[in-house]
Amino acid sequence: MAVPRFWREIPNRYNLIGTKCGNCNTVFFPPRSVCPKCRRMGKLEPYKLRGRGKIVSYCTVHVPADGFEDAVPYVLAIVELEEGPRITAQITDCNPDSVKIGDEVEVTFRQIREESQDGLIYYGYKFKPVSNPPSEG
Amino acid sequence: MREVAIVGVGLTKFGELWETSLRQLIVEAGLRALEDCGVDGKEIDAMYVGNMSAGQFVRQEHISSLIADHAGLVPIPCTRVEAACASGGVALRQAFIAVASGIHDIVVAGGVEKMTDTLTGQTTGALATAADQEWEAYIGSTFPALYALMARRHMHEYGTTEEQMAEVAVKNHHNACLNPYAQYRREITVEDVLNSPPVTLPLKLLDCSPITDGGACVILAPADRAREFTDTPIIIKGTGQASDALSLHDRSTLTSLRAAVHAADEAYKMAGIGPKDIDLAEVHDCFTIAEIMAIEDLGFCKKGEGGKITEEGETALDGRIPINTSGGLKGKGHPVGATGIAQTVEIVTQLRGEAGKRQVSGAEIGLAHNIGGSGGTCVVHIFQRGD
Repeated sequence: MAVPRFWREIPNRYNLIGTKCGNCNTVFFPPRSVCPKCRRMGKLEPYKLRGRGKIVSYCTVHVPADGFEDAVPYVLAIVELEEGPRITAQITDCNPDSVKIGDEVEVTFRQIREESQDGLIYYGYKFKPVSNPPSEG
Repeated sequence: MREVAIVGVGLTKFGELWETSLRQLIVEAGLRALEDCGVDGKEIDAMYVGNMSAGQFVRQEHISSLIADHAGLVPIPCTRVEAACASGGVALRQAFIAVASGIHDIVVAGGVEKMTDTLTGQTTGALATAADQEWEAYIGSTFPALYALMARRHMHEYGTTEEQMAEVAVKNHHNACLNPYAQYRREITVEDVLNSPPVTLPLKLLDCSPITDGGACVILAPADRAREFTDTPIIIKGTGQASDALSLHDRSTLTSLRAAVHAADEAYKMAGIGPKDIDLAEVHDCFTIAEIMAIEDLGFCKKGEGGKITEEGETALDGRIPINTSGGLKGKGHPVGATGIAQTVEIVTQLRGEAGKRQVSGAEIGLAHNIGGSGGTCVVHIFQRGD
């Protein structure tokens, strides 16, 4: 793949920048160009997410996607972020056997994979268990 | 809108067909469908062919021209339809619309996929392109992973068990043993499934449908002309198609495919019937959890009870609502673009009373449910005997 495909997503993938609709206040990640609720009435602006949320579901990948062979077994989860959107991400810095639905997690910036020795290195977000969960839950 | 009948059906053997190419598969299925009903090539007005990814699987795009050419049907219009694993079902719907509208009379709806000309990793990589490349595949998601996320959540919300999911595979392998076209004609046990190698837990190898080569075709005609070609026309009573978010994480729920619910509602409404009127169904069991969710989404049981009714035998050949009598995607095989048409072939075969040892007695109304990707597209058709 050519570099621009990855370069154009850097703000979103490195800093968790989504979009927020100024009309209905819904936050989207990944970012969208059109608010599905307001459509042409919507007004989408970039919006930085805090990067904290809870695991809605998870699985443990033993047969990996191409380029993820070294990571096996890895935990993949859908995380519901505090601002509302859900995101698919790897859960890292964890014991795969102890991950549960409802676990609180926070974003961390990581290498995702390497294309090959001479190819691109992919970076982006993973999530890890929250070290000090807030007492109010 | 005109009433539309299916007058002919044809299938290739499903499996790892190393001696057969993409073009041979679709032509073979087409010829069998024509032989089935005695339609002459000269009578065919148009073709719609479902195919997910010849570009990735055999590095051949523009297969509409290829198929018309090798079928000997130039210059009739041929349209390739792509909706991932729902390509076949959507091709059938396009063919239905063409006949119902009066634009065309005799139309072929086909489906084909040649999946074993690439190495396994390339094949699964190609399948993964049915998911969101930027936000699912980029971070290491695979297709089994997406369905495993649904399975885990279904287990959490409804208490569905890995044993109940295994029962889906056991049943479908049993049915496949009775289907001469099926890829896996061998019985398996719940223990075999539970002890099979982990793919993406909670899904094991035997929870997953295989990589398959295959082709399927059906011939459509206006119902008032159907008797020219067959004594047992099967009427397409209802069709429904719906979309949902491409990414699983953007859906309102992980335990139901809303596109399936919408498509089923539309098809039931058009047919003027409900789930209780269906005698048997072919549903999209790309993974065992998918069949459990499908039978819930189609209204054959309450939400959350799909695992339970499977375990209790209600979906078996002799059960209350036989599901995947062909062996399903799990047992019969899953040549992705051909699957929606192959499901239709099974329902037509059953409604004609020609299903041999797997015949559901007295079957008059059948349903086919075909999913694209992790649920971004669903198409549902309802069929009824026309005599």
